[in-house]
Amino acid sequence: MSTTMSAPSSTSSAAPALLDQDWRRIGKWGGLCAVAIVLVSLIGMPVGLDRRTIIEGRLSLGYMALIWIPLLFGYVVSKRVVLEGVKTPDPGARDVFAGLCAGVLSGLGPVLLILGIDNFNLRKPLVNWGPPLLEQLTFGRGIGFGVAAWFGICAVLGLLGSLMHVLPKDVRRVVSFVTYGLLSISILEAVISDLSEGFGLESLADAMYAKRGGLTVKSSIILVVVIGVFSIVTKGRLKGATSRYQELQGEERKRASIVLFSGVAGLCIVLPLFLGKIVNELLANVGLFLLLALGLNIVVGLAGILDLGYVAFFAVGGYTTAVLTSAESPFFTPELHFGFALIIVVLMAGLTGLVIGAPVIRMRGDYLAIVTLGFGEIIRLLFMSDWLKPYFGGAQGITNVPPVDLGFAVVTGIDPRSVFYLVLVFCTLAIYVSWRLQASRLGRAWMAIREDEQVAEAMGINTVNAKLMAFVVGAMMAAVSGAVLAAKVGSVFPNSFMILVSIIILVVVIVGGMGNIAGVLVGSFVLIGVLGGPRQPGLLQEFQSYKLLIYGALLVFMMLQRPEGLVPSARRSQELHQEEFLQDAWLKGVDLDREEPEAVEQPGAASGVEGEGAPA
Amino acid sequence: MSHLLEIQDLKVTFGGLDALSGLNFHVDEGEIVSVIGPNGAGKTTFFNAISGLVEATEGEILFEGESVLGLEPHQVTSLGIARTFQNVRLFPNMTILENVMVSQHCRTRQLVFGALMQTKAFKQEEREIRERAEAALGFFGSRLVGYRLEQAAFMLSYANRRRLEIARAMATQPRLILLDEPVAGMNPMETAELTGLIGRLRSEWGFTIVMIEHDMRVVRDVSDRVVVLDHGVPIAQGSYDEVSTNPEVIEAYLGRPVENRA
Repeated sequence: MSTTMSAPSSTSSAAPALLDQDWRRIGKWGGLCAVAIVLVSLIGMPVGLDRRTIIEGRLSLGYMALIWIPLLFGYVVSKRVVLEGVKTPDPGARDVFAGLCAGVLSGLGPVLLILGIDNFNLRKPLVNWGPPLLEQLTFGRGIGFGVAAWFGICAVLGLLGSLMHVLPKDVRRVVSFVTYGLLSISILEAVISDLSEGFGLESLADAMYAKRGGLTVKSSIILVVVIGVFSIVTKGRLKGATSRYQELQGEERKRASIVLFSGVAGLCIVLPLFLGKIVNELLANVGLFLLLALGLNIVVGLAGILDLGYVAFFAVGGYTTAVLTSAESPFFTPELHFGFALIIVVLMAGLTGLVIGAPVIRMRGDYLAIVTLGFGEIIRLLFMSDWLKPYFGGAQGITNVPPVDLGFAVVTGIDPRSVFYLVLVFCTLAIYVSWRLQASRLGRAWMAIREDEQVAEAMGINTVNAKLMAFVVGAMMAAVSGAVLAAKVGSVFPNSFMILVSIIILVVVIVGGMGNIAGVLVGSFVLIGVLGGPRQPGLLQEFQSYKLLIYGALLVFMMLQRPEGLVPSARRSQELHQEEFLQDAWLKGVDLDREEPEAVEQPGAASGVEGEGAPA
Repeated sequence: MSHLLEIQDLKVTFGGLDALSGLNFHVDEGEIVSVIGPNGAGKTTFFNAISGLVEATEGEILFEGESVLGLEPHQVTSLGIARTFQNVRLFPNMTILENVMVSQHCRTRQLVFGALMQTKAFKQEEREIRERAEAALGFFGSRLVGYRLEQAAFMLSYANRRRLEIARAMATQPRLILLDEPVAGMNPMETAELTGLIGRLRSEWGFTIVMIEHDMRVVRDVSDRVVVLDHGVPIAQGSYDEVSTNPEVIEAYLGRPVENRA
């Protein structure tokens, strides 16, 4: 962030122009920003997240939760609406001044909060209204300092946010690289220190991170320089490489894909050997959820069936495994080997898929979503009920599920690395299945149903059968994930299969990019890995209590700004930005229907730029 | 002699409204028949009844001597009746090639196993599906092939969407194609071109065609026979010239002369 400070001096224009502002707009965004700061403070984020340091002694996650807000709003308030074909004046001092004003205005939020906490007692309705928050907001140096500091901080942040428009593109790139890089290195602290320990480079980790967590000041300065240089060196090359890859055809593309794939596979096999227990546990969880998400991606992403009760199949997998392998399952103890049990699990899942699917898939849209939601809960309640207690153990569940004995190794929850490898095998399988099915007769039928069910039917597709197949394939993947979970944890309880699991997997699929395997991969790593699953902590363990809030906020943000997901399938992004694209093409005089193959690539490029420009 | 498609006393009722009542009609192998009539005459309902999208209240629809009433739409399609839609309904997010490949669903067999194992039979079938798809698309010249194959369908112009819909219907390997306003929204040049293509659909591909159309020049140029519907009732049948001079038809389109009222 420090690099942004040097640029503004060059921007000076006539003073009256500065005051010729859209004050209403500034008021709106500044006010919203102030409200957002107050809200985040009262939720308890600054205090709750303060334990996690990002830069030792300078910046904690708690303050980070506040300062990104004015930065973002500063950026938004000075953003111009760019119309193709209409000349937009170059951003200049006026925009920066707007950012500054919005920043100062947003400073009102924390300032009023400080004065409020100091003078009134609202502890009863607002749990976080109290001395710890006051202490945090005033930096422990008294009211006066706090008030002045927040006005100053917000003003500077608003200014910085709006400066992003003024800076030349290259500088902007360096700034965003440095910001994102520093943040990710700090978030990945556990992984990096684990890795460096594994490679015998403890000294590196010790130098980078302070004892109580967070980057040291010295190392962060070094990192800023290193990342900055890196971003300048790699300028244009990353994008060039990806677009070159996309342009490859036929055999070459195949070869490049194989190289890429084996690279990733190699990393997945080798890296966990050097990682510690905690990170491996995390990876195992990511894998379990990835497996679920891949299954749901077939149901929702390909076939377009919005299944909100997907957790039912996860539960069936877990319980079937527990009954078949545990010595303590109440009514039936064949104590099968995990391998045999798995075959039955898959069959059971298929059967459940048929049983639940048959009545459900005759419905459409909202009705289907609600009914599946119901079925998801019904399955959990059945497992929990006293009626079936003699079979499934009711609320106590089934304990003592044995670990998986593979002959050459034993996969148990105590050794998360082994679990990860087991999950990796199943994930690879699931990815293969999704990939092959997508490009088959069945996959095309699913897509057709997603696009227009009635027409699909009229084009000769037996939609009932095809949708049932999607349900069954998805159910099988979920059940395998459930089976591994049972063996990993060593027990199953109805409460592990809350409706929340369905929702979170759905968010993973949507945020990652529906109908796209790479998207689902990225989605599960980012969401489950960093934020954590419904009960599993992620890299940012401090987020535990705010996880659902963040998931929700993320979902809303993505739906508004980037509905095609983090890694969109190319076509989906084209469609969602179709209007902009068509308008652009029209204004540029491109005749879409003639020989203009290059016009096709534009929406992808446009959305790429959009994503890069955002600061926080 | 038995007809390819025979409709006996067909009646379709929505609530209290008779969308179609007492329609008797037949199509012989190799014919091109046009169905015309003012808006709301029941033409599209007629198509929907044949393709199984709406249920007939009374009557009988025979295709090659067998009843298609009560069949699911996909069963009707696999018997050999394909259709297009009045308000072009493609699969917008699928590529042009995929749009035409997917409509061969009922003519192909491979399921999960073949796709996962990449069996010989699977690859062979995929190749054939692709070849047939390209053949159907190639029927429209260079417009839908080449780089276009991998383009999403929503990127096509209006006229090309109509062409793609026809290609999609062709790929289901039908004997009878129902075209619902194939030239609606096209400019005169495109219309003339498509009129020629409809003729070639019969002569080169051997399809029998029933077509709903409002453009009378197209109707005149291609149809062997014309059926006129009004308020769900057939009011005239015969060659274009017979029908176009029929006073009842003129009345249905233009209304009755003033002096005859009273």
